[in-house]
Amino acid sequence: MFYREAGQFKTSYETDHATFPIRQDQIGIALILIAAVALPFVSSSFAMQTVMLPSLALVVAVIGLNILTGYTGLISLGSAGFMGVGAYACYKLTTLFPEVNILVWILCSGFFSAAIGVFFGLPSLRIKGLYLAVATLAAQFFLQWAFVRIPWLYNYNPSGAIEVPLRYLPFTEIAITGPTASLEVKYLVLLAFVVVLTWVGSNLMRGRIGRSFMAVRDMDIAAQLMGIRLLDAKLMAFAISSFYCGVSGALFVFIYLGGAEAGTEFSIRLSFLMLFAVIIGGLGSMIGSFLGAFFIVALPTILKFGAPAIGIAITGATAEKIVFMTIGALTIYLLIVEPHGLARLWQIAKQKLRAWPFPY
Amino acid sequence: MSDATLPAAPAFKMTPGRWTLLGFVAFALLIVALVSTGTIRRGDFLYNVFADPFVSMVDLPDLLVQTLWEGLVAGVLYALIALGFVLIFKASGVFNFAQGIMVVFAALSLVGIYEILTLRLGFPPGFVAAILSLFGAIGVMFVLAVVVERVVLRPLVNQHEIIMLMATVGLTYFLIGFGEYVFGGNPKVMITSQLGLPTGSSTFNILGGRVSIQHLDVAAAVIATIMIAALAFFFQYTRIGRALRAVADSHKAALSVGISLNQIWVIVWFTAGIVALVTGIMWGARSDVSFALEIIALKALPVLIIGGFTSIPGAIIGGLIIGVGEKIGEFYWGPLFGGGIESWLAYIIALGVLMFRPQGLFGEKIIERI
Repeated sequence: MFYREAGQFKTSYETDHATFPIRQDQIGIALILIAAVALPFVSSSFAMQTVMLPSLALVVAVIGLNILTGYTGLISLGSAGFMGVGAYACYKLTTLFPEVNILVWILCSGFFSAAIGVFFGLPSLRIKGLYLAVATLAAQFFLQWAFVRIPWLYNYNPSGAIEVPLRYLPFTEIAITGPTASLEVKYLVLLAFVVVLTWVGSNLMRGRIGRSFMAVRDMDIAAQLMGIRLLDAKLMAFAISSFYCGVSGALFVFIYLGGAEAGTEFSIRLSFLMLFAVIIGGLGSMIGSFLGAFFIVALPTILKFGAPAIGIAITGATAEKIVFMTIGALTIYLLIVEPHGLARLWQIAKQKLRAWPFPY
Repeated sequence: MSDATLPAAPAFKMTPGRWTLLGFVAFALLIVALVSTGTIRRGDFLYNVFADPFVSMVDLPDLLVQTLWEGLVAGVLYALIALGFVLIFKASGVFNFAQGIMVVFAALSLVGIYEILTLRLGFPPGFVAAILSLFGAIGVMFVLAVVVERVVLRPLVNQHEIIMLMATVGLTYFLIGFGEYVFGGNPKVMITSQLGLPTGSSTFNILGGRVSIQHLDVAAAVIATIMIAALAFFFQYTRIGRALRAVADSHKAALSVGISLNQIWVIVWFTAGIVALVTGIMWGARSDVSFALEIIALKALPVLIIGGFTSIPGAIIGGLIIGVGEKIGEFYWGPLFGGGIESWLAYIIALGVLMFRPQGLFGEKIIERI
């Protein structure tokens, strides 16, 4: 009833190709965008700092991993390593050329990450499935080692960490990185990146490139027979995915963390967490990437601070263990009840809205 | 004269493998030639990479033997972890990421039960209490196998492999939290001597030098060999072993001749649990029992891609290759890269193997059909 597209006629090819062809979707997206922009002015700074900033930074990487794993069917466990490449590339670039704006360098660091990603994607031409997943661990461990052992990458800082310098929005005096940047500005910058990259990504996946990816996922030999070059498609998937991961890593360190020791920050654990986000959110779904990223960031926070709020008193050390157990149990539970992820739940909800108040 | 003709000798053909071999030989000859003519000398980068390690191997053979031995011991332990992976993957098609944490969990239960027995229940510390806690730990692994089958595997049967992988990652998180909750997060000392395992070391004079060998390492190698032999016997000659092999070949065919998949899964996870317990004892005795051991499971993954996910001999040979390759690489080439290359060298070795054999050394040949 609320979600009926009956009576919405398309009179041109442009309207038929639109990203959101249904009017209710257009209204919904507009409302969500307005709410997202207004959020920092109504939300508490605690929620912004612990949930919104990290999940927005991670959304980009989760979309990237979803392009690789969900759309192209190549499982990768090296995504945290590629995020690290982005962060270090951005750090080197902005310290070598401080006169160029940081926003440019954040985007450019994605290209460095894409190059590294293509290199480590080469084995995907010969091996697939879980063998490939293990092979991508090579990227994870090699990159993590490089971040610690190559001091040039962190400008020979004695602490071995990235120290994020103060940088401003173009043509203004508003700080976006560094200690003086305000939460609202950081949030809006992140939001802008997320919106633009989501838009680009979803259009890529709707078009020729995305379709060739999905053909490779469904059966690569058949795709090859239909004239899709596997070499191009798979390496392109690695490039796009790593680009997103790289930008996400730069955003994560420069805007959210404001300084990081990447040996610990971009560890194998983050790689698994992102794969978890992709699967929980829904393989091959943009909205799933959002839901998954918010889920993995919000869950530990909710468990840590939500449980005492409803009267379950747990101390700090025990809380950590309980959080681990709950995450593990919840993972298994969610996989059992909905192996297609939260995106599938969203689809079911839309279907229900369409039929409401009738059951079918 | 008969019509039969002798088959002609097969023509010598250059396969890619032979080209590669030829390439390596030519490269080695080139390096020898360059060194002997003095084109590259001590101190050059090329000399450091391609000549110096081999020169020191020949000059100090005792160090080489020591490194090889350490590599072999590490390899045996990698092989044990890989064995746990292979057992489960063969029988249920699940890539059990939780194998590493099962090692930790088994070792923690062993030490934890021993502590409870001696400190709370007043058992005299020693061999009896250690054996009792060994049985207790085996019981824990059995309960774990039953629970995993009931709660995780049965509802998720026939799901995509990536979903199963993620479920075992969830299991890993759960076991980390649970283990820390029950046994505490502090590292524990393995009850090595109480279990009757030898400690101490012997030193041998060979090749003009001294090679020191830990007794525990010898015991580890012996126990691992016995266990692998026992597993091979179990798989080859018992009723359950035959059923296991049938399940590994085809789930549907096995079901149709009346093999209970659920029962087989419990048995397989229990077997993997026992393998994990043995691995945990060996690793725990070398360092201590803590959640840092989880990392070694990641080290065992390249072993799997070298050996193939479904091959037990592959796991063993792969383990030895990785163990020796890693130790030699770290000892002779590591300083060139600033050390610590152990963390990724194994993966690079594995990738090198994969370039030539995408299914691993012993994996089933990949046949693709439309």
